[in-house]
Amino acid sequence: MEWVSANLDLIGTLALDHLRQSVIAIVAGFLLSLPLGWVAWRYRLLRGWVITVTGLLYTIPSLALLMILPVVAGYPATSETNLVIALTIYAIAIMVRAVTDGLDSVDPAVRRSATAVGYGDGRRFWAVDLPLAGPVILAGLRVTAVSTISLATVGILVGVTNLGYLFTNGLQRRIIPEVLAGIVAVAVIALLVDLLLMLAGRRLMPWVHSRVPARRSSVEAAA
Amino acid sequence: MIEFRNVTKRFPDGTVAVDSFDLVIPSRKTTVFVGSSGCGKTTLLRMINRMVEPTSGTVEIDGEDVAAKQAVALRRSIGYVMQNSGLMPHFTVAENIATVPRLNGETRRAAKARALELMDVVGLDASMADRYPSQLSGGQQQRVGVARGLASDPNILLMDEPFGAVDPIVRAELQTELIRLQRDLDKTVVFVTHDIDEAFLLGDQVAILAAGAQRLQTGSPSEITENPADDFVAAFIGAERGKRALRVKQTPHGPVLVDAEGRTQGVLVEDGA
Ligand SMILES: Nc1ncnc2c1ncn2[C@@H]1O[C@H](COP(=O)(O)OP(=O)(O)OP(=O)(O)O)[C@@H](O)[C@H]1O
Ligand SMILES: [Mg+2]
Repeated sequence: MEWVSANLDLIGTLALDHLRQSVIAIVAGFLLSLPLGWVAWRYRLLRGWVITVTGLLYTIPSLALLMILPVVAGYPATSETNLVIALTIYAIAIMVRAVTDGLDSVDPAVRRSATAVGYGDGRRFWAVDLPLAGPVILAGLRVTAVSTISLATVGILVGVTNLGYLFTNGLQRRIIPEVLAGIVAVAVIALLVDLLLMLAGRRLMPWVHSRVPARRSSVEAAA
Repeated sequence: MIEFRNVTKRFPDGTVAVDSFDLVIPSRKTTVFVGSSGCGKTTLLRMINRMVEPTSGTVEIDGEDVAAKQAVALRRSIGYVMQNSGLMPHFTVAENIATVPRLNGETRRAAKARALELMDVVGLDASMADRYPSQLSGGQQQRVGVARGLASDPNILLMDEPFGAVDPIVRAELQTELIRLQRDLDKTVVFVTHDIDEAFLLGDQVAILAAGAQRLQTGSPSEITENPADDFVAAFIGAERGKRALRVKQTPHGPVLVDAEGRTQGVLVEDGA
């Protein structure tokens, strides 16, 4: 505990770095997954292909990805970009599937009904398909967020500093409280982000949680 | 006026849902398509707002082929009420009703005002404006569906078994409301049902359909009842048995009409009496 109170500044700085790296990757992964997921959902022929390829991405060992990417893309392995891009790829691996499943979960009758009252295709996507796919997409996003935040620690192995530093440094110097502080800090960030996403979901999708049982119709309606 | 000219719809799987269909649907009247499940009623309706394109033949509105119109604009200009209401589950009641005005570029405020106005017209309490469809009963949802269909004040209102999913009491109530509405609004209504009583209650013109949207008989309810085209139609409308087969029974107070079950349905009066 002494170590923790003496190093609050360090933990705070690392936590901010960690949060920044993760959030950028989560947001980028989410945004890129929307068109990819849509394409997979819309074009049956591409579907198996897109889902399989993005799914396979998840099986690449993270350390390997962090070492291969810089070689392929030509930036230093120790740069934050390296970690963020690797994390984005893993985020996409989870999110594309979530977006496709989400769009699949939209009742075709509702979609037809939207078309019948005069939504054009583009407008319908933003106003009807995407919001109704929201709950499934959000569930995927929450998994993505938590896994990204925990995965980000691997960055320290190629020299990108974040809360992972507390693990390696603590282990090397045998300061167990430092390692524990790292674990707790990662968990706290993950839980906070998850909570934030859940609250944002409630706010953005109020209809999901408002299933009050319907009251009897005729008398009330005629009143 | 809506006119079907030799319209055929063959789906990609080979099903011929509508086979050489011709019909004139007069303006400001209610025309009802009635027939058993799968006979092509919904397909006919959907060809009016281009949700389904005919394989051959044309559908015209006031002499203009709908195929020449822009589909999205056409759909916004036609009210459509569907079975199970077809409401957007993520829109409130007011937002659902305001859908088409909003699509047409009305401000949020103007559209909301219009929605509240229409809730009154269809007999929904204003306090329900901010509820979601899942918080309404089936009958209330149908009212919202009707209000949405009316929101942009369309000349044409398509209704596909709008009251099919509610209990008989609520259905009767909704039918009465629709008759009242139609008296005030004077729309060209095309109504689909498989309930012959509903067809006769609501229709100025009724088309009785068989598989492939084959027209067995078309006319006013009186014309059809008085002169069924064939035995099938007679059986379908229940002219032989049931409540449309009435006979005269003499009573000490004059003749009355009795149905097949022996229940007295009315009193026979002389013209001008
Ligand atoms: N998209 C489609 N592809 C293939 N066949 C279809 C399609 N839509 C409808 N059909 C077929 O066309 C026929 C007419 O269907 P339609 O929905 O118009 O019937 P309906 O009279 O509205 O029936 P219901 O009273 O059950 O609603 C049916 O045999 C149906 O199976
Ligand atoms: Mg139908």
